[in-house]
Amino acid sequence: MTLRESATRIARAGMVITVLALAGLAAVYVRALRYTPVEMNQGAAQKIFYVHVPAAWSALLAISITGLLSILYLWLKDRRIDLAAAASAEVGVAFACVMLTTGPIWGKPIWGTWWTWDARLTSTLFLFLLFVGYLVLRGVLVDPGIRGRLSAVIGIMGMMLVPFIHLTVYMFRTLHPAPIVLKPSAPSLPGVMLVTLMSSLGVFTLLYIGFMMQRYALGLLREAREEELAHAS
Amino acid sequence: MGTLLRAAWHIALKDVAIEWRTKTAFASGLVFAVLVLAVLFFSRDPTAVSSQDIAPGALWVTFTFAAMLGLNRAFLLEREMRALDGILLTPAPKSAIFWGKFGANLVFVGTIEAISLPLFVLFYDVPVWIRLGELVLVIAMATIAFVAVGTLLSAMAVRTRYAELMLPLLLLPFLVPPLVGGVQLTARLLEGRPLSDLGGWLRLIGAFDVAFVTLAALLFQVVLDE
Repeated sequence: MTLRESATRIARAGMVITVLALAGLAAVYVRALRYTPVEMNQGAAQKIFYVHVPAAWSALLAISITGLLSILYLWLKDRRIDLAAAASAEVGVAFACVMLTTGPIWGKPIWGTWWTWDARLTSTLFLFLLFVGYLVLRGVLVDPGIRGRLSAVIGIMGMMLVPFIHLTVYMFRTLHPAPIVLKPSAPSLPGVMLVTLMSSLGVFTLLYIGFMMQRYALGLLREAREEELAHAS
Repeated sequence: MGTLLRAAWHIALKDVAIEWRTKTAFASGLVFAVLVLAVLFFSRDPTAVSSQDIAPGALWVTFTFAAMLGLNRAFLLEREMRALDGILLTPAPKSAIFWGKFGANLVFVGTIEAISLPLFVLFYDVPVWIRLGELVLVIAMATIAFVAVGTLLSAMAVRTRYAELMLPLLLLPFLVPPLVGGVQLTARLLEGRPLSDLGGWLRLIGAFDVAFVTLAALLFQVVLDE
């Protein structure tokens, strides 16, 4: 199978997953707005939680995968791994945009401020900026070998940086709600809400996979095209 | 180990010698630092905020920008007439290039800091001498962090067409922990707070130094590979 064929196949599979995920997203919206009770203290504003938390999850998942793929790339030197890392970073930045816009929309009515320099907000903001830098760097490097290696270095350094930034701002001060799902004791979220959140998490993960596959296939197709052009000339 | 250190020493010496003869980067870095210190002095409402209140922030922002300016220079120098290829052709191990550049950058940034510190005292009227030893320690630790990450990233940035733009974009997120730590520690030191108040931040910068000096030294080879 040629590179072009396998890329088309991956793109098609990614498309199917994305369509399924989008249908799931619509279902999550309906469930969150119509069938999940309104939270007592926060009122309607709390509904954004079902988009914000899963988007944050997908963004962090995407960025962690970029970091892991970066290590793998430096080890195995396979260009497809580099393309996958880049695809994941791009999708991660998109999800991070969702996270960074839904967060303030919730923050304004609940905290009374659009933005605060809290540990989690700050670390995700810097992570977002770092990965924008990662994408910019990829854009200005022409040689695929150098591009792969240098962006892998940023991917690995970025992964190492996150805990430090988090700790830094945590020592500065923090305001973000404490974890209510992933904590040592049982989740304190009421069952109905937990189901909505969990299905939303599933949908967003699926969305990530769909986007990532399509973006990866696009990268492969671009490589294939460049090779064809190189042969033709 | 002996050859590595000797090669690193020669590379550092070469950079320092070039800087010593031209003094362009050094002079511009220093003037820049003084300018930032002076401009930041006016970045407040003098009736509401005293200059001592913004002093720690001003000091560290100045150091950060001045360091960035100096780090940019480190590999731009090697790009001219492909000087880096010359170094790569010598039998010196690649890691020697990292340590050599790291050393030269430490000297460069350290000198600018050493000269801007008295100016900072003069402009902002802060009692640094109460805890001068500790302050110098904090500055040294944060500078190691700046220079370790900066040496690696400037070697990367020069490979792009927009080196002057790429370096700050990539470097600034990495400077957040040492920068915030430096500001917090300086503020505490200027207030004459006890050493026990400093432990957390000192440990944070120390851990950052260990983690990123190691990582930068390891990843540097990847950046240089042709």
